[in-house]
Amino acid sequence: MKGEVYRVAGPVVTIMGIKPKMYDVVHVGHEGLMGEVIRIEGDKATVQVYEDTSGIKPGEPVVNTGMSLSVELGPGLLESIYDGIQRPLKVLQEKMGDFISRGVTANGLDRERVWEFKATVSSGDSVKGGQTIGVVQETENVEHKIMVPPTVSGTVEEIKSGKFKVDETICVLTDGTEISMMQKWPVRMPRPVDKKFIPKRPLITGQRILDGLFPVAKGGTAAIPGPFGSGKTVTQQQLAKWSDTDIVVYIGCGERGNEMADVLNEFPELQDPKTGRPLMERTVLIANTSNMPVAAREASVYTGITIAEYYRDMGYDVSLMADSSSRWAEAMREISSRLEEMPGEEGYPAYLSARLSEFYERAGAVKSLAAEEGSITVIGAVSPPGGDFSEPVTQNTLRIVKVFWALDAKLAQRRHFPSIDWLTSYSLYTQGLSDWFAENVAPDWVPLRDNAMDLLQQESELQEIVQLVGSDALPEDQQLILEICRMLREYFLQQNAFHPVDTYCPFDKQYKLLKAISKYSDMAQASLEAGIPMKDILSVESKDDLAKVKFEENFDDALNVVMEKMDKEFAALGGN
Amino acid sequence: MTKEYKTITEIAGPLIFLEKTEPVGYGELVHINLPDGTTKRGQVLDTSADVVAVQVFEGTGGLNEESGVVFSGETIKLPVSKDMLGRILSGAGEPLDGGPRIVPEDRIDVNGASMNPYSRMPPEDFIQTGISTIDGTNTLVRGQKLPIFSGSGLPHNEIALQIARQAKVPGSTEDFAVVFAAMGITNEEAQYFMEDFEKTGALERAVVFLNLADDPAVERIITPRMALTAAEYLAYEHDMHVLVILTDITNYCEALRQMGAAREEVPGRRGYPGYMYTDLASLYERAGVIKGRKGSVTQFSILTMPGDDITHPIPDLSGYITEGQIVVSRELHMKGIYPPINVLPSLSRLMNSGIGEGKTRDDHKAVSDQMYAGYAEGRDLRGLVAIVGKEALSERDQRILEFADLFEDRFVRQGRDEDRSIEDTLQVGWDILSELPEALLTRIDNKYIEKYHPAHKSN
Repeated sequence: MKGEVYRVAGPVVTIMGIKPKMYDVVHVGHEGLMGEVIRIEGDKATVQVYEDTSGIKPGEPVVNTGMSLSVELGPGLLESIYDGIQRPLKVLQEKMGDFISRGVTANGLDRERVWEFKATVSSGDSVKGGQTIGVVQETENVEHKIMVPPTVSGTVEEIKSGKFKVDETICVLTDGTEISMMQKWPVRMPRPVDKKFIPKRPLITGQRILDGLFPVAKGGTAAIPGPFGSGKTVTQQQLAKWSDTDIVVYIGCGERGNEMADVLNEFPELQDPKTGRPLMERTVLIANTSNMPVAAREASVYTGITIAEYYRDMGYDVSLMADSSSRWAEAMREISSRLEEMPGEEGYPAYLSARLSEFYERAGAVKSLAAEEGSITVIGAVSPPGGDFSEPVTQNTLRIVKVFWALDAKLAQRRHFPSIDWLTSYSLYTQGLSDWFAENVAPDWVPLRDNAMDLLQQESELQEIVQLVGSDALPEDQQLILEICRMLREYFLQQNAFHPVDTYCPFDKQYKLLKAISKYSDMAQASLEAGIPMKDILSVESKDDLAKVKFEENFDDALNVVMEKMDKEFAALGGN
Repeated sequence: MTKEYKTITEIAGPLIFLEKTEPVGYGELVHINLPDGTTKRGQVLDTSADVVAVQVFEGTGGLNEESGVVFSGETIKLPVSKDMLGRILSGAGEPLDGGPRIVPEDRIDVNGASMNPYSRMPPEDFIQTGISTIDGTNTLVRGQKLPIFSGSGLPHNEIALQIARQAKVPGSTEDFAVVFAAMGITNEEAQYFMEDFEKTGALERAVVFLNLADDPAVERIITPRMALTAAEYLAYEHDMHVLVILTDITNYCEALRQMGAAREEVPGRRGYPGYMYTDLASLYERAGVIKGRKGSVTQFSILTMPGDDITHPIPDLSGYITEGQIVVSRELHMKGIYPPINVLPSLSRLMNSGIGEGKTRDDHKAVSDQMYAGYAEGRDLRGLVAIVGKEALSERDQRILEFADLFEDRFVRQGRDEDRSIEDTLQVGWDILSELPEALLTRIDNKYIEKYHPAHKSN
């Protein structure tokens, strides 16, 4: 069916003459710009266009594809870099040069590339939606399972192993259904699962404050709100680099071009600590920078989560970073205002809360249709205006997510990184994961951590007193608490993302570091009780040596040296 | 194509509405012929089969229903040429210096196109500005966008000029140029910039776009786009390293709000349009370096924070887009310190990729972090001293308090023409750090202490 353009106002175009369904993809104008139907009124329909609409005139043709916005799923997603509507940026560069012009279409998956397909079922087998029928080695460490599309089931008539392109038929069912390695899925619709579980395993990130104090579970949701310059993007990138998941989907949604360039440059060179392979081999990047069309920015989050769901269905643990969900919400606001919808709070559409919760609900630990266990962990950065957490996007996000990592500008100014405020952050998974920690880290990990949290809490109260009377006026045991907390903050919580060793801290090391601080605390307390002057306890040299062990390549040895020295020093003080 | 319509049905603020036109493209450039013979220009904001809305750049004064409207059939383009260097143009790109019109080598759409992130080179070439608080603690690199967040009455213009004069990549002799775009600044301020450019000979290497306070506000919306188009042309077609100075972003945003109100849009925070983030991004993001091309565009914008409030929508949205900010402080200015840059809220996000061994010096990051930590703590202690008095502080705290004073007095303070090399800057850093007990230098690796600390160096 063909229609024509009636009105153009920025990214919003009104069309007439065709009767599309909601969310149908249409091609607008002589150049065939891609857009999506978002409102229907009588014989007119409103389209949000994913590309710049300058020069489009009323009367230009419009073609309806009849399909909703979909992504292509199949081998070749990993290592790709897409824009918000799954066009590979590399292909766009080849077709359009260094600047993105418009009217260029590009397939999400390379149609020419040949993959080695190994069938794992044979003819006569009955298969159902989501079931694996064969595998492709997508990258060195990721085996890509070729699944029957969720809506298809039947009996295999014929299946072939061998070299195929993604759109070639590899399997035919008795009812004549042809299955290829590629399937399409509409981005706004969650892929079906059998059931969801309560997440029980932690996502290990190698970041001490996150793993140690505020862990997120695999299949959980977390939000990182913070004002600009507080380190959201660095934290997100650290998570994308070091999370112990099989697959990482990183969405740069409305953020800086140079930052994306940095990610694109760095990821292929970084090694996965688990496999030693380049991190890029398990990563899908979606880059829709702030100056790329706003409608594609709105779509980018859905594109990302659909890809994540696809890998989850294979039984993989996937983590998805959205940087930043505020830009996504702003894209919604912008389009809503062009549609002249009645605004809700601060001009955001009234459906903001519903959209955010729909999105975060797509996370979870699941049993897939084919009984595989997989998970999606969603970590969304939030950029509250003026760092004010009472604004609608932060508030609506906090109602949904289970983990809150609050970034604080004051800590950042002090160059305390990651500048996550330990007093206001929380994790609702701490209890649920306790068993796992006791079993896999150390039996005394949980009490050790709770004790540290408790001390930090006391510190903030003591600091208020210090503000009034100065630290010398405090009793000695409280002065000691302040000193222990300084150690906790500087030795444990502070972590240098740019230091080759400190950037990733395994759980074992986190435990030993905390244990060492705790040991000093115990010995110091005992000495204090034995009447040894505070000054001597504070001038124990090994305490200051402890500051630098986290940077040592050979951590265990360095720590042992320091701890032995500490034993000796306290012994020399007497009291212990 | 030069059909003239006399079908204006409504004039409201900077907007005119026309009926019964042939199909008109979105964003097209429009010429309006007034009954008195003058011509104005505008741009299509909304187009449909029934009615077309046009925003008029020079304002709608003198327009009536008799005025004729001609649609040019193309979007706004800037004629560009290398001969633009040394020229002074209006905010709409017309020569103001009495010289001939630019003979174009090309005509480029002023809206530009977004750079494919895949084509970008991560910026990493250190630019030495000669100002310690920038080079030492908030390093600028080529291709970065780093605005100055200032307030009314603060010396941001002097700082911007000092940077424009002194900025260089040490050891490099590549072609550079300055593109200067004034948006809504006063004639006096503009004169101040022009005088300095002429005095230092910088004008030959500069393209100047002037939209002054009494020029139409709507024109302000295209001025920075003109400037950035010229900058991109010089950078990517003529391999030049271009420093773009946009002043003042606040005036630009005011114009944006004015336009939004005229269009009766649903306002966002404080009446600014909901799309201001996207709009500002379409300016700021036009900085960068492209793989395989020699030139670069570096942006140094000036923004005056209304009421010195960094959470105001203009600095706030800017901070989310730009790669850091240099914050000018009223408190330091009152103390008589120039340049009154407060390093604590200042930040350069690309600093880490521009410093270190082979770029500046191996100890750069450690020195910078240590000074930050010391200064931050020292400033906190000042608050405490106000309550409990200096005597109540521990020996350690007193030393840190003194360090904060030294930092302001020796590291921050420098002359208006003092061009410190990065070595000088780091030396000053070590000089003041050496006033602290060595045990407090926890952020500096021992090897740097042995190599650079004045107490060890002499041995």
